[in-house]
Amino acid sequence: MSRSLPVQPRLWTLLTPKWRSALVRSREEHTDSRARFLLLGFIGLLFWVAVFGIAFRVLRYFRSVEEIGNLMAGKVLGVILLAFLTILLLSNIITALSTFFLAKDLDLLVAAPVGGVRFYLAKLAETVVHSSWMVALLALPIFTAYGIVYKGGFLYPFVALAAFIPYLILPAVAGTALTLFLVNVFPARRTRELLGLIATGAVVIVLVSLRFLRPEQLAQPEGFRNLVDYLAVLRTPTSSFLPSEWTASMVMNWLLRVADPWPVAKLWGAAAVAVALGAALHGRLYALGFSKAQEGAERKVRRPLRGPLSRMLRSLPPSRREFILKDLRLFFRDNTQWSQLILLAVLLMVYLFNIRSLPLHSGERVPFRLVTMISFLNLGLAGFVLAAVAARFVFPAISLEGRQMWLLRSSPLDPKAMLWSKYWLGTIPLLVLALLITIFTNWLLHVSGFMMVVAVSTIVLYTLAVSALALSFGALYPQFGTENAAQIPTSFGGLVYMMSGLCLLALIIVLEAGPVTDYLRDQRYAEQPMGITAGLVGTGALVVLICLAATIVSLRLGLKRIEMMEW
Amino acid sequence: MIRLHQLTKRYGRFTAVDKIDLAVPSGELFGFLGPNGAGKTTTFRMIAGILRPTSGTVEVGGIDINRRPLEAKARLGFIPDRPFVYDKLTGAEFLRFAAALYGQQGPTVEHRIDELLELFDLSRWKNELTESYSHGMRQKLIISGALVHRPEVIVVDEPMVGLDPRSARLLKDLFRQFVDRGGTVLMSTHTLEVAETMCDRIAIVHGGKIVASGNMSELQEQTSSEDLGLEDVFLKLTGGMRDHQLDTILDA
Repeated sequence: MSRSLPVQPRLWTLLTPKWRSALVRSREEHTDSRARFLLLGFIGLLFWVAVFGIAFRVLRYFRSVEEIGNLMAGKVLGVILLAFLTILLLSNIITALSTFFLAKDLDLLVAAPVGGVRFYLAKLAETVVHSSWMVALLALPIFTAYGIVYKGGFLYPFVALAAFIPYLILPAVAGTALTLFLVNVFPARRTRELLGLIATGAVVIVLVSLRFLRPEQLAQPEGFRNLVDYLAVLRTPTSSFLPSEWTASMVMNWLLRVADPWPVAKLWGAAAVAVALGAALHGRLYALGFSKAQEGAERKVRRPLRGPLSRMLRSLPPSRREFILKDLRLFFRDNTQWSQLILLAVLLMVYLFNIRSLPLHSGERVPFRLVTMISFLNLGLAGFVLAAVAARFVFPAISLEGRQMWLLRSSPLDPKAMLWSKYWLGTIPLLVLALLITIFTNWLLHVSGFMMVVAVSTIVLYTLAVSALALSFGALYPQFGTENAAQIPTSFGGLVYMMSGLCLLALIIVLEAGPVTDYLRDQRYAEQPMGITAGLVGTGALVVLICLAATIVSLRLGLKRIEMMEW
Repeated sequence: MIRLHQLTKRYGRFTAVDKIDLAVPSGELFGFLGPNGAGKTTTFRMIAGILRPTSGTVEVGGIDINRRPLEAKARLGFIPDRPFVYDKLTGAEFLRFAAALYGQQGPTVEHRIDELLELFDLSRWKNELTESYSHGMRQKLIISGALVHRPEVIVVDEPMVGLDPRSARLLKDLFRQFVDRGGTVLMSTHTLEVAETMCDRIAIVHGGKIVASGNMSELQEQTSSEDLGLEDVFLKLTGGMRDHQLDTILDA
């Protein structure tokens, strides 16, 4: 029986299940809990206002500086977009693995007579949206600040959008192509897991090389021989072959009224060529790669985790002990999870490198205020690192139970025991890390004994709270359907958690900074120091109260959510 | 025993389970049949304590599962319709974990795990990750998981899907012996021959309500179809596909 080829479905038709599901999900979340929706809106708005406020102030200052100011604004935009580009590349590699090789709809789509180009474009669009929405949300207040400070006019949003769309497409095509290539090159067994490891490794190299470019030199014009050298560095593009530079140029050209069509041509031309090449590569490699990626099951056990660890946990009731052992086994046996420890190591390395390169103890006289400010900045950085680590390892804890939740919920396991096991399993390593980095970096900074005590106690309290926040937001916004653990922290709930965690950190630092600086100044300069004042004790008590409240309220909310969960 | 009283589950305006009353005493294997979307799985998930009823009560072994969930669940073995297990655990580790959830550990549990794996022909796969198991092997593993703590009541949703004929036969014998020793089994299945031969009593659910229940002769009596088998009784109660509809589909 001969049959003519079926008419190809429209691209929009292929994407319909995705956008409809997203729409229904957002409607359900909205109607499920209005309070949660409002809280979310409030936190989001707070974060946006903060980012916008900082960007606005910095840009207004740049604008007031003759000649160098505009160059600095362009340079900063280029550096921000370059940093985003790294995030986008990693995010796209992780997302492409899911959308092109692991997603549940693939069996249906691959088995259907859908043309390769349409399939590629549909999946690429899905990858772009999934991997880029968070960067787009972060970029919005920054672009808005540029538009307002430089008076971009009513056409500016369209120009910014026209610059941003190809900027998002290019790393998506690159990430997708890299994933496709790796799936084909490596042996079928464990391709999925190897891929996560390789992607992480690639981003680590990019991050380290970016850090060793030492962008802080730009903030130290005295390090250059003369102003001409400094201006020359500012005028030279940081990365003339990267889309981040073209996007920054396109936006700045519009804002500074410079008629230069090249950045526009480069951006859109490169995006069009990249998509065409990506589609061609997809046509050649996808069928084999997809088939290989289905064969990734592993049989033999690595890391059985019995013996000493099991003996160490012997005093716990069997359900808690086996629960903890189960979580540890799943973590260390899943390469997509533990390989993220490499990212953590790099984040730490960059952080320590930053602290070491501060010119505080290079022999020059540094104002007292600056030293104290840097001590608090260090506390902020340590807190940020801990919040990011909790996002990677604590936030996904509930989501990872996923489809196996039937077993836990139908058994007599107390949800409280489950929550506590997950909380301490995440918090103890986090506390060790918090203490190590805080003590080490404060030692590098030569802080006083008092500041060391303040920093250590603050970071311990913050760690307890941020871990509880991560676990609770993970329970409030679970991602049970995900095939890829690395994608969980990049979800909407992950973003909300990060914003909440950073707001809490900012609040603690703002509360502590004034009284602690006053005390240190008093100790250093006063002839008869007053010692510990009631104000200082009050501030300490308030910080303890806030952190404990954040911990207890979060855990209670998380527990309530787990108890109410249905599926 | 299992007792459901006016059990109801609503999702917004949609009523998935509508005031179901049911009592399954000890020593009985009870079949819960119905077309797709009739409310069987929702009912079973409420009995297992995974879903909360909108109204009504569930008692397992005389204990209300929503008031004293831990005590009620300790008596229950639940086998869901889809065998989701932790991919990165071995079969033995999964069973050890399942036993620990019920507070059981030690040599007795290890012996029990070996027995169950042997019974279901999984011994050879004992120390291999479950991600390499077939659907049927996973199904057998979750059945073992439900039995590892020696429950009084088993609630099992579509147990035969994915099982080879030998395992299916084994499971039938296992459930029969379990109820003969005083246990209770509540089972849903679409394989009506299995229900007819295995179950002491059957309830047919349609649109979230029990439309008929009893033993085979009581069902025939309730539907005034004395000479018909379970399949015809079932189709009479739930509606079957008409011949002209099939013609339309196949001729298109």
